[in-house]
Amino acid sequence: MNPPLVEVSAISRSYSMRSGMFGRAAAVHAVDGVSLTIRKGQTLGLVGESGSGKSTTGRIVLGLDPPDSGEVRFDGKPMATLGTAAWRAQRARMQMIFQDPLGALDRRLPVATQIREPLDIHGLGTAAEREDRVRELLRAVELTPAHGVRYPGALSGGQRQRIVLARALATKPDFLVCDEPVSALDVSIQAQVVNLLCDLQAQLGLTLLFISHDLRVVRQISTIVAVMYLGRIVEIGSADDLFARPEHPYTQALVSASPAPGRRSAGRIVLAGDPPNPAARPKGCAFHPRCPRAITRCASEVPALSAVDGDRQVACHLVTGTQARDAA
Amino acid sequence: MSPLVSIEDLRVAFSGVPVLRGVDLTLQKGEALGLVGESGSGKSVTWLAALGLLPRHARVSGSVRLDGRELLGAPAAELDQVRGGRVAMIFQDPASALNPVLTIRRQLSEALALHRDLSGNAVKAEARRLLDLVGIPDAARRLEAYPHEFSGGQVQRIMIAMALAGNPDLLIADEPTTALDATIQAQILELLSTIRHEMNMAMVLISHDLGVVAENCDRVAVMYAGRIVEQAPSNQLFADPVHPYAQGLIGALPPLDGPRRRLTAIPGTVPDPAQMPVGCAFAPRCAMAAEACGVSAPSLAPIADDRAVACIRAEASRRALLGIAAE
Repeated sequence: MNPPLVEVSAISRSYSMRSGMFGRAAAVHAVDGVSLTIRKGQTLGLVGESGSGKSTTGRIVLGLDPPDSGEVRFDGKPMATLGTAAWRAQRARMQMIFQDPLGALDRRLPVATQIREPLDIHGLGTAAEREDRVRELLRAVELTPAHGVRYPGALSGGQRQRIVLARALATKPDFLVCDEPVSALDVSIQAQVVNLLCDLQAQLGLTLLFISHDLRVVRQISTIVAVMYLGRIVEIGSADDLFARPEHPYTQALVSASPAPGRRSAGRIVLAGDPPNPAARPKGCAFHPRCPRAITRCASEVPALSAVDGDRQVACHLVTGTQARDAA
Repeated sequence: MSPLVSIEDLRVAFSGVPVLRGVDLTLQKGEALGLVGESGSGKSVTWLAALGLLPRHARVSGSVRLDGRELLGAPAAELDQVRGGRVAMIFQDPASALNPVLTIRRQLSEALALHRDLSGNAVKAEARRLLDLVGIPDAARRLEAYPHEFSGGQVQRIMIAMALAGNPDLLIADEPTTALDATIQAQILELLSTIRHEMNMAMVLISHDLGVVAENCDRVAVMYAGRIVEQAPSNQLFADPVHPYAQGLIGALPPLDGPRRRLTAIPGTVPDPAQMPVGCAFAPRCAMAAEACGVSAPSLAPIADDRAVACIRAEASRRALLGIAAE
């Protein structure tokens, strides 16, 4: 098994939010005790609905946001302090791509100039080498040098996301955080970008943290999938069978809510109520007010993430390992 | 049975650029029709044009009949009775469709006064009944709340309540759940389906999500570059798509279980409406394109009961598909 590249241990992050102009400031626990290990060359998929803390987790892993507690280790070493030379060197090895490529690009610069920018910033190579690298990167994302002289406005959504990807790959990073990279794209273009990401990962041996609300896309690209609900991981396991055999009632509802062509909605689990506000996190298991199987214990005691069978871990009082189930 | 809506050769051009290039569509009473296609394919424009909601500079031609009455070019007074009355529409971004400084009661009452000729206490009672119907808890008290006091899913429920205010025969839902989380999307789709059956209302569900359309509609029309390229009952379309574009869309969807396979992405991008290729608009991206495809655009032709395809290779691609299935 490959050694871990990114080790996240028990990170938490809360923001203070005021309700209204004179309201009392309340702490919003965006991420609450999340631990993850991403091995070299693997893709960890992070799924969850809005407010589940998946993007905040991504930002903390990249060092864009400091955790209140807990630690992130990259390649065996703790994250360097923001702004230092060591941090810059580490940052060149980890990059990020977001949902909105137009927002991530400067509309007034030709895209090739933007792909070259990380090379300029990190002082990599001579001017001629940088030009060569830009051409190589454009080819890697299946675009031509002719696309490079264009401005972002003259490219389609899928092409813009390829440019963002090319720029992220410029410094030859080991680790890439992708936050909803294909959500804004049409289905046919989405498939192109997903295939491209899979190919590049295989060619370059990239390690990915792939954040998305789309179960299908996450499964397609990930080795391991973690499901988040209100700042905590509720289930984690191999991408191959997590959605085929979801154990946590929330994962079961998510899978059931994912529409599939050729299947009518018979037997669908429709959860009652809205996703709760992260500022008013329910006591006990955060999911219990919406859970169809909740028992008294769920309202008072927070379930810990524990191994059930194989590599699956679930945070639910009602789900226990096969051994425990057989004994009962 | 005469159809509820029949659209014939509907065409729309914005400053000389054609975006809708001849759409024919019929909708029976109580039927749920899905419209799928990528951005810019004309799914929304079809219905905005039908209801006279496009800006003045849009050139619209063809025919749109509601119960036999022509809507295109109808006087504004007549259209006002149709819009929000017999035909209601809900959109992707419900929050921007509500006025943030008016209570929900005021906004619901406005719709009721316009289309239902109710007044005084009857309005309030009806507004409350509608909120109850769409599943807003504690309706009597929540009527006095403002839009920002509701969550995204609840705001979409309120939009549905407003759409139902005129007792419509047809609800056009344009990406109604795209901005919502998965578990909330499931709630809204279930609500739409319950209401549709209770009120025997027809629905057009516009979505880019094939799964959403497949599960909630009787019949599906696939649009590409301003035309319908395939029309079929939903179960048949997803089990056995005939048009290469429809096949491509389904192949591009990652499976949720079973073995993982490489996605069959459709190469290239949607053509620019100002530079539409001669012949079939999909030909430049089509793996099965022949020389004839570049000559003239195929028209939507029936291939079976209830099924129609606009592809000169429909027969060939059908056989190819059967060949794959036989393996």
